[in-house]
Amino acid sequence: MSEQTNPVLTFKDFQSDQEVRWCPGCDDYIILRAMLKALPEMGRKKEDFVFVSGIGCSSRFPYYVGTYGIHGIHGRAAAIATGVKLANPELSVWVMTGDGDAMAIGGNHFIHLIRRNINIKIVMFNNEIYGLTKGQFSPTSLIGQKTYTSPYGNIQPPFNPGQLTIGSSGKYFARVPGNDPKMMEELFVKAEKFKGTASIEVLQNCVIFNDGAFEEITNKETESENQIRIEHGKKMIFGKNKDKGLILKGFKLEVVNIGENGITEDDILVHDAHEADPTLHLMLVRLQNPVVMGEIRRIEETSYDEVYVERMESVAKKSPFKNLDEMFFSGDTYVVE
Amino acid sequence: MTEKKLKLTGGTVDSVVIRFVGDSGDGMQLTGTQFSDTSAMMGNDIATFPNYPSEIRAPQGSIYGVSGFQVQIGHATVHTPGDEVDVLVAMNPAALKTNLSSVPVGKTIIVDTDSFNKKNLQKAEYDENPLLTGELNNFVVIEAPITTLTRESIADIGLDNKAMTRSKNMFALGMVFWMFSRPLKYTETFIDKKFAGKTQLIEANKRALRAGFNFAETIELISSAYTILPAKMDPGIYRIISGNTATAWGFLAASEKSGRPIFLGSYPITPATEILQELTAKKYFGAKTFQAEDEIAGISTAIGASFSGHLAITTTSGPGLALKGEAIGLAVMTELPIVIVDVQRAGPSTGLPTKPEQSDLLQAMYGRHGESPVIVVAAKSPADCFNMAFEASRLAMEHMTPVILLTDGYIANGSEPWKIKKTEDLPIIYPNDLKSSREEWMPYKRDPETLAREWVLPGTPGFEHRVGGLEKKDGTGDVNQSPENHQLMVKLRAEKICRVKNNIPLMQVDGAQEGDLLVIGWGGTYGSLFTAVNHLFESGQKIGLMHFSYLNPMPKNTEEILKKFKKFIICELNMGQLHTVMNSKFPEYDYFKFNKVQGLPFTVLELTQKFEQILNNQ
Ligand code: SF4
Repeated sequence: MSEQTNPVLTFKDFQSDQEVRWCPGCDDYIILRAMLKALPEMGRKKEDFVFVSGIGCSSRFPYYVGTYGIHGIHGRAAAIATGVKLANPELSVWVMTGDGDAMAIGGNHFIHLIRRNINIKIVMFNNEIYGLTKGQFSPTSLIGQKTYTSPYGNIQPPFNPGQLTIGSSGKYFARVPGNDPKMMEELFVKAEKFKGTASIEVLQNCVIFNDGAFEEITNKETESENQIRIEHGKKMIFGKNKDKGLILKGFKLEVVNIGENGITEDDILVHDAHEADPTLHLMLVRLQNPVVMGEIRRIEETSYDEVYVERMESVAKKSPFKNLDEMFFSGDTYVVE
Repeated sequence: MTEKKLKLTGGTVDSVVIRFVGDSGDGMQLTGTQFSDTSAMMGNDIATFPNYPSEIRAPQGSIYGVSGFQVQIGHATVHTPGDEVDVLVAMNPAALKTNLSSVPVGKTIIVDTDSFNKKNLQKAEYDENPLLTGELNNFVVIEAPITTLTRESIADIGLDNKAMTRSKNMFALGMVFWMFSRPLKYTETFIDKKFAGKTQLIEANKRALRAGFNFAETIELISSAYTILPAKMDPGIYRIISGNTATAWGFLAASEKSGRPIFLGSYPITPATEILQELTAKKYFGAKTFQAEDEIAGISTAIGASFSGHLAITTTSGPGLALKGEAIGLAVMTELPIVIVDVQRAGPSTGLPTKPEQSDLLQAMYGRHGESPVIVVAAKSPADCFNMAFEASRLAMEHMTPVILLTDGYIANGSEPWKIKKTEDLPIIYPNDLKSSREEWMPYKRDPETLAREWVLPGTPGFEHRVGGLEKKDGTGDVNQSPENHQLMVKLRAEKICRVKNNIPLMQVDGAQEGDLLVIGWGGTYGSLFTAVNHLFESGQKIGLMHFSYLNPMPKNTEEILKKFKKFIICELNMGQLHTVMNSKFPEYDYFKFNKVQGLPFTVLELTQKFEQILNNQ
């Protein structure tokens, strides 16, 4: 029922009839376009998709996709999605959320969804600010960041979504810049195939309240120097001239120039997204310069929903009763005449 | 044995209240359950009430570690576990101290004299041994060295001292079995099952039980035993059921009659947890259960499962209901069916977590932001939890709305005989499924009679739609903020709940159908209210009982009934919450109120006195 290629579906089929109402210039438009292009490529029926969200700019997303969807309440999208998925494991369930929705008010549900590894995809629009409530600091705002609730500079240290994901026993984490629809599209399709909770961080520029937060990282001029795009099985090389790479020195990652100090391409680390030990993945998600993009961690294990279904079936086979009546009348019953 | 002034007389009696009390580790719940089950099997009607401390293992012998189990057994139908205790079995001084006030003068107290040592007396804050001071002279005190006798009776089995002592509850049970002429065979079978494979324990427990029975027969003080003839109950097949189990089974039945699998998303909380446990254990009937990370996740997962088409449930107690408030609002807005069970306990805050109260009525009716009406129903006894869980599910799915089911710690943990229902005798539930063609369907298109929208599930091609917490446009369900539309939708949601009154039974009045005093109650107090009203009614008073199972909306004939009486009294285990509701719905009547907030149920005596006072003043 679920895995079936349907070549007829296109971008247009997934558009909804609702007017999109984000601020002009917001990266959210790019994310939406990327998703609408990715959906037909996933080879599933339109009616099998459910988009679930909480509250925030990102959470308007379900209204703009022509599939099934729930616009929930603040922070609870992960929990609502869990119910949707467990009740009908055949569905492809997506949580569209932001840094505040997922990691502040919804932090508990976020970490527990990841811990359980239910086959649900989380796309977190990280703009390091509260947009919908107009400019308060978020759990990813930087120290010193000035916002309406931190006019003298933020003093709360930020979460790193990748670190939080891996710290919650996450099996999948990817990061993508919000101005690269092609990379997003590919990533969404790849994530859909992952059997478990996929946590995807999009560095999303909020033009109104935190414009330029990722400028250095995502600027087309400098991105090749400040980003490293990694792929499983490939050398971790970056730079305009592909002349830089990552090596492990002691317990730390280090950026090296290939061709200098006797470093050759052979010395550069090969990315192993499938390594169960999270040590290197944690280093990669924390790396500041360059910032790592792509599928950083992807460990295929049995997902919670698979085990859940199996358990339901195996227990049902061992049922001591044929039906409810048999249970009602079993054990210590007695007759009154 | 010390000779006391009063003696037991024995003979045939109509009903008897027995309370077993001891340390929380003494097995009093098990002892009480064995006694009540055996009595039920002999054809008596029973009602039980376990009363246990919130500490799992409080220090031995301490006052706050006392655990009790009360049962009323009757020849006539019994509706409550009873007010006053006829026989108190006190396994230690703390148990005696904390329970003596429930035993009227002249009644019987059985004590284990072995436990009345200096250490235990101190822990119970007795300066002197009450068995020696004469303070119990007005009671029939049966003093028995229960611990010693138990050990002697099983000394040769080869158990250590501690294990031997653990069988003393069986010795005490044996004594009480003899006093009330109960057979040992049910408990013996139970012991065989419980300790299957552990031959020493089986032997020890059975021997202690019989030793107690024989001891009671031999001691001179009990001249003859009590007999309670079987009750006149409706013919049929019965079983003893607790409120929480009945709730879980009611949901299973509703799932079968609606064809919708169960999804229960819950977080453990006293005294509601057993519903989650029971449905999880009964997974083989297809019930999906999910222990969530918190109360909010519990209801949120249920809302998600409801969207996917399941009979979605969340169970909790008062503090959890408060946490779920926002999510209930989402279910109101998205018009998705969901059942929220609140097994009420005394509050506010953590309050008295193991004690019953009816103080969540207003929270259930109004405890959400915005105009947010939901259906509210309540169960009136342990077995009635089955009916009301079924009803809550039926109404939720037929009317596409959240339903709050209120029970309480008293009926959830209490048990009574349930005349077993066959599923074929239960009504079919008709969820408001997709009926419209693709052309005429809209997400918020309503049934002209009930105003319920159609339940269309993900996976249905051509009907893709979004629901959410933002105000919806009438019909299309598109996000809409226009002033007129919001007012219209608020009215439609209220009217939808109001029309549920066409789908619930009419109110039946117990006792007088018209007359001087109408007693008004709701939920778990039914047993005590009915017993008190019925007693006065049978003695010729024009008194009736209007007891609500459906609180929002109320049955259509509620006002008609009010018109037939002169005076009204609303009795509740809170400070007057139904009183507030009645005053706002039917303001033209004057209501007396009778309220109690002690973490205890009403006693029939206090109710009777109150009713008599009002009747006599007229
Ligand atoms: S406030 Fe910021 S995040 Fe929200 S829509 Fe506008 S630009 Fe985008």
